[in-house]
Amino acid sequence: MNKIAKLFVTFISAITLALVSFTSSFAKVEGEYIVLGSAISLTGKYSSNGVHTQNGYNMAVDRINKMGGVEVQGKKYKFEIIYYDDESNPKRAAQLAERLIKQDGVHYMLGPYSSGLTKAIAPVTEKYKIPMVEANGASRSLFTKGYKYLFAVLSPANQYLEVAIDLAVEKNGGKGVKIAQAFEQDAFSQDVRLGILDAAKRTGSEIIIDDKLPKELNDMAATLAKVKAVKPDVLVVSGHTKGALTAIRQISEMKVDVPMLAMTHCDAAKLSKQHGKKSEFALCASQWHKNLSYKDKFFGSGKKYAKDFQKEFGYDPPYQSAESSAALLVFKDAFERANSFDRDAVRDALVDTEMQTFYGNIKFGPGGQNVAKPMILFQVRCKGDDCENRVVAPTKWASDKFYHPIPKWSERS
Amino acid sequence: MDFLIFKAPMLMVQASLDGILLGILFALIAYGMALQWGVMNIINIAQGDLVILGGYIAYTIYLWGIHPAWGVIISPIIMFFVGWVLYKLVINKVVDRDLFISILATFGIAIVFQQLMNFIFGADVVVAQSEYGTTMLFDNSVTLPNSKIFSAFISVLYAIALVIYMRKSKLGRAIRATAQNARAAKILGVDTEKVYAATFGINAALCGIAGALISITLTLHPYVGLPYTVRSFMIVIVAGLGNLPAVAVSGMGLGLFEEFADYILGTEFRIGAVFLLLVLILVYRRFKLSRKREYLK
Repeated sequence: MNKIAKLFVTFISAITLALVSFTSSFAKVEGEYIVLGSAISLTGKYSSNGVHTQNGYNMAVDRINKMGGVEVQGKKYKFEIIYYDDESNPKRAAQLAERLIKQDGVHYMLGPYSSGLTKAIAPVTEKYKIPMVEANGASRSLFTKGYKYLFAVLSPANQYLEVAIDLAVEKNGGKGVKIAQAFEQDAFSQDVRLGILDAAKRTGSEIIIDDKLPKELNDMAATLAKVKAVKPDVLVVSGHTKGALTAIRQISEMKVDVPMLAMTHCDAAKLSKQHGKKSEFALCASQWHKNLSYKDKFFGSGKKYAKDFQKEFGYDPPYQSAESSAALLVFKDAFERANSFDRDAVRDALVDTEMQTFYGNIKFGPGGQNVAKPMILFQVRCKGDDCENRVVAPTKWASDKFYHPIPKWSERS
Repeated sequence: MDFLIFKAPMLMVQASLDGILLGILFALIAYGMALQWGVMNIINIAQGDLVILGGYIAYTIYLWGIHPAWGVIISPIIMFFVGWVLYKLVINKVVDRDLFISILATFGIAIVFQQLMNFIFGADVVVAQSEYGTTMLFDNSVTLPNSKIFSAFISVLYAIALVIYMRKSKLGRAIRATAQNARAAKILGVDTEKVYAATFGINAALCGIAGALISITLTLHPYVGLPYTVRSFMIVIVAGLGNLPAVAVSGMGLGLFEEFADYILGTEFRIGAVFLLLVLILVYRRFKLSRKREYLK
């Protein structure tokens, strides 16, 4: 009896094993669906941006499927995404990536939200040779590790505020400027800082304050008091949404006068809504803005995308959503050019990507970063209490003139 | 290294005032912690999260169109009941156990609170606007946000009220008696269970006030509670339990120390310097204690 039971167990496990390996080897494409996987922050501290990312993915999947899907070897396929909640936790994200690949048999991945989580997942996708198109990891270190299966549709972090320094130098008649900067001590912000250091060197500018803000800190009074004392030409701040909100709060309360203020994460922080007029004239780096003139056949233009997104999800799309939608367009394009579901063929097709989407031009550099799209700068401008972000650089897309210098607090109403 | 502060004396004034004003606010949170630590022998890891919850209450009334300063009245009332319920649900089960269990329990509470706040209020960083303006001193070279002055003033006001309450009221006397010797207090007819619940409620209320003040002076986010716990822990360690003036002085001292560390060592060492100070103080305490004669229990 015991023997029979043992045999039975062996038999069942053999069948299960066979089934598992069977499903995983075919799960990349199930029937008419191409299955993509993504670990995404639906809970935890990144959950709002995680949801923006997911909405961006979903919007593009719907649109591509509705407009005929992906054509491979003469057959039409549709996209489908398996999501798992990574709880904004890098360890969990790496586990889930393994699970997506090994258990769910996913062969193509979409990125998570934030540089930190992308960094956690990239070694896993690299190990299993799974092509990953990511839209929310901008840290420069992602693109210097020699990853072969990582592709980012966004510009790397060091490019975020370089344009701002160029602008300041331009306003200074081509001469170098005095820069004061405060950056949070995390991978992303420190990359932004490296970009500023490069720009300063290039333009002969001088960095007179270089503060690194501890992550726990939510008080910049000391940095700003120093800024008041040394009077720089430009103040640069990057510390995610907390940094942006703290900076505006304390700059306005301490009446710090600087001719130019450049930041990151203004729209994620809903700066113009939360601080209103106090945030006016702040210059913000952004990956995308709806007024840019890029076009594609799926979403039309940025404005059209924003309108459709608003209709579907009830809010204006932040750039995190737009870039996430673009990731799907890249995948579709790569599948069709590869004309195959072979992972390496798809990967090679991704390498050769050169296309325009509503979000911007996309062409991958040797490290996997997008080298075809410049960062843009917008400036917060207010009419009464109504504030909005207007593109001021690069000049090609500028809808408004860059307002410089910022009027003194004593002259502002 | 940056010695800018020695070149511009006005920076010294600015740093001192910033440090003191912020320190007073931290002292209020620390006083709550010292109170319940002294009475119940519980180190509350969720202290900072109670503060943030208090802040979100003020932020919510701000969203309803009420001035967030009213939060310093509404938030402590709500938080008192939150504290009371928390005591009845969790804390009363760990109050007589060893310190480690209470740390674990309150750590659990902290995680639950963070997730709940994230769920209810979202993961965005938020601020409430007081529109209190700015006080300029010395020909505009020193600027003080009125919201910070307001928050220091309210903190002092509540601290004084609490001291008077502890001295004069029946409950206050019962709390002090329980802190001194819970068993003796019980024998003499003090309902220690009720005293514990009230103490935890008062602590939560103090956190509520501090949170409301933080919503108009700094920023709120579901996951930024821990730094407040750590700082109040430090203030209590330095000041000792049940000693309000010492807590106030140590709070302000810590605020000052932090600001000056920022100027002299650099912003990146600001928090590190505070931790270094804590280690030094603990080593010093240990050294002092080892020289004291003690009898075996």
